[in-house]
Amino acid sequence: MNLRTFLLGTCSAVALSGLAQAETLTIATVNNGDMIRMQKLTDDFTSKNPDIQLEWVTLEENVLRQRVTTDIATKGGQYDIMTIGTYEVPIWAKQGWLLPLDNLGAEYDVDDLLPAIRSGLTIDGKLYAAPFYGESSMVMYRKDLFEKAGLTMPDAPTWDFIADAARKITDKNNEIYGICLRGKAGWGENMAFLTATANAFGARWFDENWKPQFDQPEWKNALDFYVKLMNDAGPPGASSNGFNENLSLFQTGKCGMWIDATVAASFVTNPKESTVADKVGFALAPDTGLGKRGNWLWAWNLAIPAGSQKVAAAEKFIAWATGKDYLKLVADKEGWANVPPGTRTSLYANAEYQKAAPFAKMTLDSINAADPKNPAVKPVPYVGVQFVAIPEFQGLGTAVGQQFSAALAGQMSVDDALASAQQLTEREMTKAGYIK
Amino acid sequence: MARNVSTQRKIVVTVVAWTIGILIFFPILWTFLTSFKTEAEAIASPPSLFFFDWTTENYHEVQSRSNYFLHFMNSVVVSFGSTLIGLIIAIPSAWAMAFSPTKRTKDVLMWMLSTKMMPSVGVLVPMYLLFRNTGLLDTRTGLVIVLTLINLPIIIWMLYTYFKEIPGEILEAARMDGASLTKEIIYVLTPMAIPGIASTLLLNIILAWNEAFWTLNLSAAKAAPLTAFIASYSSPEGLFYAKLSAASTMAIAPILILGWFSQKQLVRGLTFGAVK
Repeated sequence: MNLRTFLLGTCSAVALSGLAQAETLTIATVNNGDMIRMQKLTDDFTSKNPDIQLEWVTLEENVLRQRVTTDIATKGGQYDIMTIGTYEVPIWAKQGWLLPLDNLGAEYDVDDLLPAIRSGLTIDGKLYAAPFYGESSMVMYRKDLFEKAGLTMPDAPTWDFIADAARKITDKNNEIYGICLRGKAGWGENMAFLTATANAFGARWFDENWKPQFDQPEWKNALDFYVKLMNDAGPPGASSNGFNENLSLFQTGKCGMWIDATVAASFVTNPKESTVADKVGFALAPDTGLGKRGNWLWAWNLAIPAGSQKVAAAEKFIAWATGKDYLKLVADKEGWANVPPGTRTSLYANAEYQKAAPFAKMTLDSINAADPKNPAVKPVPYVGVQFVAIPEFQGLGTAVGQQFSAALAGQMSVDDALASAQQLTEREMTKAGYIK
Repeated sequence: MARNVSTQRKIVVTVVAWTIGILIFFPILWTFLTSFKTEAEAIASPPSLFFFDWTTENYHEVQSRSNYFLHFMNSVVVSFGSTLIGLIIAIPSAWAMAFSPTKRTKDVLMWMLSTKMMPSVGVLVPMYLLFRNTGLLDTRTGLVIVLTLINLPIIIWMLYTYFKEIPGEILEAARMDGASLTKEIIYVLTPMAIPGIASTLLLNIILAWNEAFWTLNLSAAKAAPLTAFIASYSSPEGLFYAKLSAASTMAIAPILILGWFSQKQLVRGLTFGAVK
C-alpha cells in the first residue's frame, strides 16, 4: 500500500465517520397512546432530517415525572427534549430551567394553538413548551339508561341535575351505579377532580395572601355534596377508584355517568374495548350557576431544558411533532380519529375530523371553558385549574387528597377532613414561606 | 431411628405444601395468563381463567414498541457484573470477620446492614450529582457500581453466616501445611463454602435483576435494564394490564428459568447451617 492510497483511505474513513456522527436527540416521553404513535411515525422526521437521530425513553407518567425532575433540577443533561405537563411548565420556566421556544419556524403558526392551552404554557409573554396533546374533563353518560329513566341530558348540565339523575339511575341490585367519580388519593387523582369541582362551587385553594381556604363554606358545600352523592349513587369501594378503575367500570356497563378526562371518550366509544361503545353521550362538566364549570385543563408538552447543546435540532423536532403537518400525517396513516386532540384551532374546523370524532365539539368547548389564570370564582394568586402551579403542590395535594379519600370511605367526617386539610396546608405554606 | 409417618399425615402435609406453593405462584401464573388476553378481557369481571381467546397480540405489540434485547443485555451485564464484583470484595471481608473477629466486628456488621435501612430516595440527588460529574449517568458501569454497593452488605452478611459454620481448625491445618493467605481462601475456604457462595450469588443476581429504584433513576436510553422496559407499559390513563403482563412475563422469564435450574443450590444454601 503506497502513501497515496493510505492517505485517500484515511480521508474517506474520516469523511464517513463525520457522516455517521449524526446528532442524536434523546427524548423523554410519557407512554400515552398518542406519544407511542408519534414514536412509530418518526421515520417521517428522520427522512426529512437525515442528520438527526432520535433515541426514546418512554416511561409511565409518575416514573417519568420523577426521572425528568431529578435530571433538570441537577442539570444532569440526559435529555434534549422532555415531555412535561401543564403543571411543570410555569414552575420550571420561572426557575430558568427551560428555554423559550422562539425559533419554531415561520410555518409553525403559533396563533393556531388553542388560547386556553397556550396561555398555560406562556410565561411573561414567552412560550416555554409546545403542546402535543391537550385534554379537559367532561361528562360521559349512558344514553340508554337516561332514556329508560325518562331523563334528558342537557349540553351544559348543573350539579343538581347530575346528582338527581345519578340517584334515579342507580340500581344497586343489578350493579348499576348512577355516577363514577375519582376517589383514590393523589394530587393527580382525586384532587384533580375535586379541585376542579370545587372551582364550580365557588371554592379556591388559597386567597390572595396564600391563606388556605378549606375552612370556608364553599369547600364544605363541595365536599359534602361529593361524599353524599357517592354514598348514594357511587360504586362500592369508590375511595380506591382512579381513572383506570372507573374506565373499566364504565366500559363494562356499571356506571350511568362518569366525569373525567376528555381522552377517555375515545376509549369508551371503542367497540373493541367497551361493551357500551354505541350508547355513550357527552356533555360539558357541570356547574352550580356561579360562572365556573368543574372542567380541568391538561396538556402534555414538549420542552427543551436550559443548557441543552442541541437546541436547533430539538427545535426542529418540536416544530415537526406539534406542527400542523403532523396532524395530517397521523390522519393519512391512522385515520382522523387518532389525531392528537386539543392543541390546534384548525383541527376543530376540519370537517373530516368532526366526522371521525363525535366528541370533538365537546372536547373543544370543554377546553375553551377552562381558564388556568382565573380558575376560581374568587381571585387567586396561582395558575392552574385542577392544580396549583407551585412546587409544594404535589406533596400538599396528595396529603389533602388522603383526607378527602378517607372522608369518602367513611373513616372520618367531612368536617374533620376539611379541618385537617386546613391545618396541614397552613403548616406547609408557612414553612415554605408563602404565609409570613 | 426412623419415625413412622402415617399415610394420612403425608397426604395432609402434601396438600398443605401444594396449597401454599400454588398460592405463592398464583400471581405469576395470573400475569402469564393475562399476557395472552386482550385488554378488554384482562379487565373483564368476572375474569376467565383459561377459557378465553388466546392471543399473542400483546407480545407483538411489546416487541414492536421496545428493544427487548438491549434491555435484556443491560440487565444481564448489570446483575451478573455487580454480583461478581460484590463477591470478590465480600469473600475476603467475610473471611476476616468470621475467622479473625475483633471486638468491633459485630458493630461493623451492624453498621453495614444499617445502610440498607436508609430510604434510597434520601440520597438520590447527591448520587445523581456524583454520577453526572463523573460521566457515569446512563452507563452500565455506573449501574454495576451502584448495585455492587447496595448489595454488598447482604452478600457479606450471608457469607459471614456460612463461613461461621466452617471449623477454623481446618483453616489452621492448611496454614500449618504452609498455605499462604490467598491459597487458604481460594483452595480451602471457598470449596467448602460453595453451597453458601452459590446461593449468595443466585440471590444477589435476583436482587440486582429486580432492583428498580436506582436502575430507573440513573439510566436513560443506553443502559436502561428490564425495569425501565416494564415501566414503559403501565399507565395512569388507559388500559394496560395485558401489555404490562406480557412485558413482565418477558422480563421475569430469564430469572425464573435460572432460579428453576438452580433451585437445589438455592435451597441448600439458604438452609445451610440451619440444622445442626
